[in-house]
Amino acid sequence: MSNRFLYILSVLIIASMVLAACAQPATEAPAVEEPAAEEPAAEEPVVEEPAAEEPVVEEPAAFECTDELGCLDYGPEEPIRIASALVISGPNAQLGQDSQYGVEIAMDWQGQVLGHDLELQAEDDGCSAEGGQTAGQKIVSDPTILGVVGTSCSGAGVPMSQVISEANYFMVSPSNTAPSLTDPDQAWNPGYYRTAHNDKVQGAAMADYAFNELGLTSAATIHDGDPYTEGLANSFAESFKAIGGEIVEFTAINKGDTDMRPVLTAVAAAGPPQFLYYPIFMPECAFMTKQAKEVDGLEETVLSAADGCISADAAESIGEDGVGMFWSGPDIAFAGETYIKFKADYKEKYGSDTLSVFHAHAFDATNMIVACVEQVAVQDDDGTLHIGRQAMRDCLGATSGFEGITGTLTCDEYGDCADPKISVSTLENGEYVKIWPEE
Amino acid sequence: MRQRLQDLDWIGLYLWVLRAAIIILVVWGTIATIIDNPYSPRQWIDLIIFGIAQGSMYALIAIGYTLVYGVLFMINFAHGEFFMSGIMTATVFVATPLAATGFMNRQPLLSLLLIAVVAMVVSMSIAVLTERAAYRPLRKAPRLVPLITAIGASFFWQYYFRGLFGSQVIPFPVPDVMKGTASILGVEILKTQLTVIVVTIIMLIGLNLFIMRTRTGKSIRAVAEDKDTAALMGIDVDRAITITFATGASMAGIAGLLYALVFTQVHFFMGFFPGLKAFTAAVLGGIGSIPGAAVGGLFLGLIESVGPSLFLQGLGIPAPHQLKDVIAFVMLVLVLIFRPQGILGERLTEKKA
Amino acid sequence: MSETNNFDYRIPLQNGLIAGVVALSVSVIGMVTLLAQRYLIAGWLTLGQVILFMAPAAMSYLAAGKAPQNNRGIALIYGFLTGLISALPLVALILLNEVIDLRQFLPNVSPALIEILTFGRGTVAGSLFLIIVTSVLGLVAAGLYLLPDRIRRPIFSGLIWTFFFGMFSEILSDRLRTFFGTDFAKLIIESKALRPVVAVTIFIVTASLSVLWSRRGDKVKGRMAKMDTKSQNRMRYGLIIFGITLMLILPLLLGTYLSEVMNMILIFALMGFGLNIVVGFAGLLDLGYVAFFAIGAYTMGVLTSTGDLGVAGMSFWLAIPICVAVSMLGGLLLGMPVLRMRGDYLAIVTLGFGEIIRILVLSDLLKPYIGGAQGLLKINKPVIVGIPLIKPDQFYYVALAGCLIAAFISYRLSQARLGRQWMAIREDEDVAEAMGIRLVNTKLLAFAIGAAFAGLAGAIFASKLTSIFPHSFNLLISINVLCMIIVGGMGSLPGVILGALALVGLPELLREFAEFRLLMYGIVLIVMMLAKPEGLWPSAIRKRELHVHDNEDYEDYPEAMAPRAETRDPGLEGPSHL
Repeated sequence: MSNRFLYILSVLIIASMVLAACAQPATEAPAVEEPAAEEPAAEEPVVEEPAAEEPVVEEPAAFECTDELGCLDYGPEEPIRIASALVISGPNAQLGQDSQYGVEIAMDWQGQVLGHDLELQAEDDGCSAEGGQTAGQKIVSDPTILGVVGTSCSGAGVPMSQVISEANYFMVSPSNTAPSLTDPDQAWNPGYYRTAHNDKVQGAAMADYAFNELGLTSAATIHDGDPYTEGLANSFAESFKAIGGEIVEFTAINKGDTDMRPVLTAVAAAGPPQFLYYPIFMPECAFMTKQAKEVDGLEETVLSAADGCISADAAESIGEDGVGMFWSGPDIAFAGETYIKFKADYKEKYGSDTLSVFHAHAFDATNMIVACVEQVAVQDDDGTLHIGRQAMRDCLGATSGFEGITGTLTCDEYGDCADPKISVSTLENGEYVKIWPEE
Repeated sequence: MRQRLQDLDWIGLYLWVLRAAIIILVVWGTIATIIDNPYSPRQWIDLIIFGIAQGSMYALIAIGYTLVYGVLFMINFAHGEFFMSGIMTATVFVATPLAATGFMNRQPLLSLLLIAVVAMVVSMSIAVLTERAAYRPLRKAPRLVPLITAIGASFFWQYYFRGLFGSQVIPFPVPDVMKGTASILGVEILKTQLTVIVVTIIMLIGLNLFIMRTRTGKSIRAVAEDKDTAALMGIDVDRAITITFATGASMAGIAGLLYALVFTQVHFFMGFFPGLKAFTAAVLGGIGSIPGAAVGGLFLGLIESVGPSLFLQGLGIPAPHQLKDVIAFVMLVLVLIFRPQGILGERLTEKKA
Repeated sequence: MSETNNFDYRIPLQNGLIAGVVALSVSVIGMVTLLAQRYLIAGWLTLGQVILFMAPAAMSYLAAGKAPQNNRGIALIYGFLTGLISALPLVALILLNEVIDLRQFLPNVSPALIEILTFGRGTVAGSLFLIIVTSVLGLVAAGLYLLPDRIRRPIFSGLIWTFFFGMFSEILSDRLRTFFGTDFAKLIIESKALRPVVAVTIFIVTASLSVLWSRRGDKVKGRMAKMDTKSQNRMRYGLIIFGITLMLILPLLLGTYLSEVMNMILIFALMGFGLNIVVGFAGLLDLGYVAFFAIGAYTMGVLTSTGDLGVAGMSFWLAIPICVAVSMLGGLLLGMPVLRMRGDYLAIVTLGFGEIIRILVLSDLLKPYIGGAQGLLKINKPVIVGIPLIKPDQFYYVALAGCLIAAFISYRLSQARLGRQWMAIREDEDVAEAMGIRLVNTKLLAFAIGAAFAGLAGAIFASKLTSIFPHSFNLLISINVLCMIIVGGMGSLPGVILGALALVGLPELLREFAEFRLLMYGIVLIVMMLAKPEGLWPSAIRKRELHVHDNEDYEDYPEAMAPRAETRDPGLEGPSHL
């Protein structure tokens, strides 16, 4: 059996080698024509078939690509293809799945764009650096893909933004919050944008709220070793100290921990602090909240978490224990019409309430991309679309005053597009209610 | 022989240095913490109780590992998934509807019993199915082969249940009578944790009686000693092995319920870490030994709970609780350097390992 | 098989129920719904349908195989009934969903799923239609069984290859686009699916190739066997040269994405060679192998990073030997305490070491030096004569070089005195010691060399990513590498490569399964081990050992899995792999 397999395999391999040999000159031809073509053939944007041998005669030269990064063409019937690179497997799957649903709903609502369907190519970033790199390579090997909504995890975002950037694509992340990604001295690359908040913004807002609004002067934070939570905890602690508060304990747990009482006891013993900020994810967040009630010495401490803990299952799981607790997060127009409709659609389509919080950012990211397509695409009479890659980047970077569910988005020069408005909410009867800042 | 002694010299030296370093670090940390004295006695007692409760749960899961290991000499990596499957199913199909209709608060005992039975039955079925499909055909293969199918089964069930019930956290409704604390000998203890400790003790005694006193238990022990001879004596080896899996899984099912009571939520990934910890506990106690699993579980639970505060806090290490698994595993290494067969390990392991 | 000449109702009942439960399972976990959007053959067949109807078809085929010999009627009836019964659980689901809304328990029992199952024809008509479809399918599968071997084989290979091309159509289209241009690719593949004409062509071509091979294959094999040693040798050298050329030009053929996958495969294979020494040669079960991978990666990071945390700003080539040396030292230090532990004690302690390293790397304790959760950024890429190897198709050669070095060292070691000493220890420690083998040194060397390979892999990995995060160094890496070498065949060097291809390459290519990727991984592990417990390419010694007990070995196979002569054909194994 295996012999036959080898036989066929070798036939195929030989065939493909012959083809490779034949095809080599043909693929080199466009590389000359292409401006800024450092990429090998596989990564070229779809240009008209080079047709090295036959001269092009009958083509009416309607459109000429002048974009310095090349153009992307969609024929009359072809869908506009957008990739997602979100974490949809492993323990963080909930986070990425939720964002992907946001992208899908945005696409559903958009319907057709300039007469073209939207098609999603869903990839998995695995919430890891290697996952992000591989997903990025996969995406850039497909020249029919316009751009990416992703990644979920900052760790995946760092290598992916490099790959995407070098291949002249762009990415809009709905949930990368690590400051390094938009820091030109660290991991920033051209073509990287995000609708998620930089950790610096959110941590500072929470510190402001605790110190100035609640009038609390001592605080403790707990993170879980995730770049996101660690970043938030750090920026909170720094801001809190900067405005005059005291951090009595800066500690951490591990993902997958269930028994939080020992660490909570340590926090209690260290102060006890008036304010405890643990910007961690579900399910650890619910463990923390429930068990904080059971630990001696923390009765008076005000608990607070971040958007990693804003989800339907968190609300249900935490329930009454969430009374008196605060959540920091993007100022999602929780009561807005659009968002209510969004949530209804989500429930209808996927059979569950929102799984996490970044669906709204993903939704906004997708709409931002579509808005730019509408703006920069050049359409022929037969419906063919031409989209310049640099034009897309310029357009995204110039996004300003874009109304999304997460607020009014305006991008800065390094791709931070999130509305810097952070809200603080409480949980009332299973619903998150925004209480700060007051309108 | 002389050559060997020579080898042992520098290895031995290194080991002694290692042991001494660990012990000095531990003692130094402890003294520093005690001098610093950040905790009240009440808090110390709390830490210990948390540790015992957590350890009891490890112990119940560890028994499954140990039983299977004792009989098949195989690490059943999928055991954490047996633990997860039962309580996930019971939460979705039994607990949530019962709580929604208010039956759970009217008849808490009956409800919990029902949930326990469903959890046990599901865990058992999953275990028996796994054994039949993925382990039995490989009983005579090299020992690492069933380890790989066990890993495969673990992935399979995890993602199967994720597909079934979704990736979100599902809250487990705890009946009102179980909330709050009870006072025992002047110590306030959470009712749920008290339940965990009591149920674990009952289950351990029950299991020991089952293994030691009943005919089936005897046949399991016979198979564990020597499968071929047992078969010659007219024992149905396959049946004994199936019962072993079923027993271990039903313990895991109960542990699942206790987990849900204490942590009030379930999740498709909940089996992975407790499974790993329980496996560690089983080895720590001496794999193959039931009392060993209990002792190992308790030890691990206590170390995890008390360790970071006691050993590391005084040393001024940032975020000591992040390192609790480091402490647990270092303790494991320390114990195994002194006693390579685990705390209560039997000769059994030397024979076959 | 069945000795009786009578109709036995239990056979279709049992097979049908198994098939039904499998079909029900893939439906309620949401696989069918997800994959129904993915067409294999444009407009005709979706991957969801294949997944849904695979079990009924396979079980009907098996049921037909259990019919009394020479009784075609019963075989057909078995097939038909199996198909019929396999639809019943699905029908029960459809009807039950009418009565209560199952979605409140099982979120994936969505209207979309019911629509797929009923073919959009409403509850009653749809259920009947489903029953008819599976019954016919059962009948066809049974009919297929009854066909003579020479017809059945080509049909199977045609089906499998068509499925194969449909499954990997994305890659196919990518390659076609590169070599023949976009228009040609669009001619063959229409948004990920094969065009029907193309599918039929592939079927016919592969089926005829199979016919051709079965006619001529034996002759070719006979001719090869008859060749004298000289020409056999010449042939072998030819093959080797062919292999080397292939290896060198591979990135040109593969393009960037597949080169990227290839790089991952090579890095894992490199680790596989290392673990193969520890587990495969010396028999020391190490579950914490990722520790050394992490040490190598972080050493590379700290030494070459041009960011805030870099200490030396070294070049990649200068850092490599240091990374290897540091990992080796790590191997010695972690190896010494566990020397006297055996079997599973060793496993858990090494697992513990893996976890310790992972947590330390992540911890706030070491954050000032290696970045903690925020990772270590700006690691240098290797530079050769002024050209930085950035693209995966360039970086490939670095990974390949590392892998070849490891393969060469492993091969030499396995032939050397040291290798034989390891194997002696693996077989029986006490006897080995009695024979004068110095256990301590020999075992430590295994640990150290294994660790060195992992450190090399880690260093290459870090430089490939240019930024490393603690989450890349989890237990799953250790488990994956272990699975790789055992699936490949323990102690076998080609096995390591095959294992890496199967367990690193395949999941990478099956990205479309999205959240079910690890579920498929689990199934692949189980099926591979059941089908070939000795591994895909077992080492000669292992093979011999396993076949000593051959007779008893398969006795315990459950009926359904009993490997019959014909079922060894990939025709049957194929679908269950995928």
